[in-house]
Order: sequence, then C-alpha cells, then structure tokens
Amino acid sequence: MIDAHDLVKHFGPTRAVDGISFSAQKGEVVALLGPNGAGKSTTMRMLTGCLEPDSGIASISGHDAVRARRAAQSALGYLPEGAPAYPAMTPRAFTRFHLRVRGFTGKALRDAAEVALERARMGDAANRPIGMLSKGFKRRAALAAAIAHDPAVLILDEPTDGLDPNQKDGVRALIRMMAPDKTILISTHLLDEVEAICTRAIVITGGRIVSDSTPASLIKTAPGNSLAGAFRLLTGHSTEQATAKPKRRAKRPS
Amino acid sequence: MIALWAVYRRELAAYFETPLAWVFLTAFAIAAPSFAWHVGRLFETGRADLAPLFDYLPWLLMVLMPALAMRAWAEERETGTLEMLLAAPIPLWAAALSKFLAAWTIAVVALVLTFPLWIAVNYLGNPDNAAIATAYFGAALLAGGYLSVSQALSATTSNQVIAFVLAMGACLILTAAGLPLVLDAVAARLPGVFAEAMAGLSALARFDSLRRGVISLADLVYFLSLIATGIALAMALVDTRRGGGR
Repeated sequence: MIDAHDLVKHFGPTRAVDGISFSAQKGEVVALLGPNGAGKSTTMRMLTGCLEPDSGIASISGHDAVRARRAAQSALGYLPEGAPAYPAMTPRAFTRFHLRVRGFTGKALRDAAEVALERARMGDAANRPIGMLSKGFKRRAALAAAIAHDPAVLILDEPTDGLDPNQKDGVRALIRMMAPDKTILISTHLLDEVEAICTRAIVITGGRIVSDSTPASLIKTAPGNSLAGAFRLLTGHSTEQATAKPKRRAKRPS
Repeated sequence: MIALWAVYRRELAAYFETPLAWVFLTAFAIAAPSFAWHVGRLFETGRADLAPLFDYLPWLLMVLMPALAMRAWAEERETGTLEMLLAAPIPLWAAALSKFLAAWTIAVVALVLTFPLWIAVNYLGNPDNAAIATAYFGAALLAGGYLSVSQALSATTSNQVIAFVLAMGACLILTAAGLPLVLDAVAARLPGVFAEAMAGLSALARFDSLRRGVISLADLVYFLSLIATGIALAMALVDTRRGGGR
C-alpha cells in the first residue's frame, strides 16, 4: 500500500510538490501523469525515501518513508528515472547485489535473481556488462533488480521509456502479471500505456493533483473523448496550441 | 552488517571490473620502490632499513589516494546510481564505511606489493623488523586518513576530476601542515598557538613517529579520528541530497 499525505517539497524558491495526497491499494496500477517538471519524479522520490518531504507524510506498506525508512524501503522496488545501473556490472551481478543488500543469500538469492532476469527477458544479455547493452536492455536490467525481491510495492519512473514496441509490450505484460499481488505506481508520458495497464490515473501539474480517476472516466472529461485531450485540458495546453501549424522557415537566399 | 558486506563486495569488485585497481596497483608497485631507489638511495645508505621508502611514501600516498577515492560518490552521482542506493534499505553509515573499507583494502594491497623491498633488506642485513612493521602500520593508517577525507570530498561533486583535485589539495594541506617551512611562515604571521595547532593537525608529523617504530596512543587516536571524520562527513554530504541536512 502507498500512502501520500499532503506532501510538500521545495527546491530553493520553487514549490515542486504542493500538497499531494493519494493512497493506492494492493491490486491497483496507478499512473502519475503530468507535463515535464510537474512534480511526478519528486513525488516518487519522496515515497521511496530518496528525498525527505518538507512537510507531509509518505508511507509504504504502513511504514513512514522518513521515520521507518529501512522498513519502508524493504517493502519497495524502485526503478528510478533513466534506469541507472553500474555500467561495469552484468545484469545478473546487479540483480544479485540488490538481493544481497536485502538479506538474500545462497540458493534463495540465486533463484530470485534468475526469476527476475527471466521475467525481465534479459536472455544472454544477463552476462554482458550493462555499459555495453542497448538502452532497452539497460532498462530491463534495472527493472529486473527492482522486482527481484518480490516487493509488495513497485514504483516505476517511466518504465518503458526508450523501449521498442515489442519491449514495451513485454514490460506492460509483466506489470499486468504482477498487478494483482502488488501496489504499482508508474509515471509515464505515454497515454496509450495508461489505457493499456493502469486502473487509475492521477494527473499532476504545478506540483498539485488536478485529477484522480480511472482512465475511462478521465477520457470522458475531454471534448474529443480522448486521453490526450483530457491531458491537454487538465495541464493547461489548449487544442489550438497543440494543433497549431509551426511557423514556416524563411527561405535562405541562394 | 549484511548491507555493509554486500556494498563492500560490490565496491571491491568495481575496482577490479574496471582498469582502475590494476592501473593503481601497477603505478604504486613501480613508483614506491622507484622513489626509494632513485630519490632515497635505498642501497647506497649502507643501512638495513626502509627509511628511504617511508620518507617519500606520504607524498606518493598524497597523490595516489585521491586517485583511488575520487570515484567513490562522484561516480554514483554522475551515473544516477546514488538514487538507487538511497532507495535501498542500506544505512548510510554502512554505505560510507563499506566504500571506505573497499578502497582501504586496495591501498593495503598496494603497500603489501612493496614487501619485496622488506625481504631484500632482510637478505642484505639485519633490519629492525618490528620498526618496519610499525612503519607499514603507520603507512596504512596514513593511507586510510587520506582516503576517508578524499571520499568525503568526492561526495561534493559529480565530476571525478574535480573530486581528485579537491582531495589532493586537502591531502597536501594535511601533509604539508607539519613542514618547518610552513610552520615558520605561519609562526611569523600569526600567534604561536596557530603554528602549534597546525603542527598538531599534520598527518606527516603523526606518521613520522610511527615511521620510526614508535606507536603512541595520541597518533592512533589522530588517525582513527581522521578516518571517522572523513566517513561522517561523507555521510552528512550524501544525506543533504535527501534533504536530511535541512
């Protein structure tokens, strides 16, 4: 279970997150939607214990992400934005490292790592240094590490960014497969992804929640009955702006 | 302890997965005896000891320890893996201590690579092996002090070159603070208490008594405090990224 209560975070004079509250239960796949700089990643970082909120409470499976940080983080799998991983390590070693810091040893560690690598469809790439892998495989290596300890809560920051259509389908299928037993929070710019896998969509703009409903309800709010239309409506981009023709470039004199 | 061991293993492996540890150990294995032979005139002193090695070791460590430590936190920040580390259920002290211990292990291995010189002086004469062992112990503590300070400075930036330059500057201050040249200059411009304080902070002066085979509690406390301060500073600097330093 994920619980965010009145989260606030400033970066200098900028109020990046401005009183965000929501909770998500087991079985839910919640999408955080919003334009760049809306506060999605900052909210996720506060939930994972990477950032401390200026005020408000973030909790994972009932554990406060600040006061009981390690208990909260033990129940959590996190894929940060950009899927960072140690380039010299292989995905197998990287996944095992994640398991080792969580107390896995021996056969349990090896078995859990193999299951995660298989679920992330790493194949032979599991034994090659991450720095030599394609962007898609790097992301899958980080995803394997995030899911390896079978956490109750998964927080995935743009999990399919940079993947080809087949890889996207693979990750979406994996999220759908894990969804009944977990609470999953994903941030994405891909609106088709929200329709495909999410049970709920929270739209954030300017650090505030402007909508929290099912994707189907969200679509109905837009004039054109589309998620993209609803997104533009809620985040302040008018249809005119989105469809406006770009200015023609002046021809260079030959 | 589980997390400490896991991060220590990863850090140690990371040194050997890249050319860093191999280049460092090779450079040290060549540079340390070269200083002793060519600058310290090891085989021309007519004495069966390793004084020429330990005379120049602080200056070598002053350059090589920052090189070993510069990646500790700067690389984590540069690649973004620091966020992953901060989201893992690892106490910050365990992460900082394991990073230090992994680098210190490499430094100790580098010192062990100079043992052929120790064997050589035993073959050529009858050195005071207890004094040499104490000097090696002192060199390991000195390397540890430089490493912990350098790793703390590595937490201030995501650029490893900047981390290296900052660390070398700090190690230079720690080393040179005890030199008569520096102390005289300070004494000439400031009240005597400043020169005394600087001499007390000098790692070189503390290493000097260990180099001569004398172990004193004050020197041990100095080096262990220096190491602990570096680790605590690294922890504090990393924690500020979480917002914990507000």
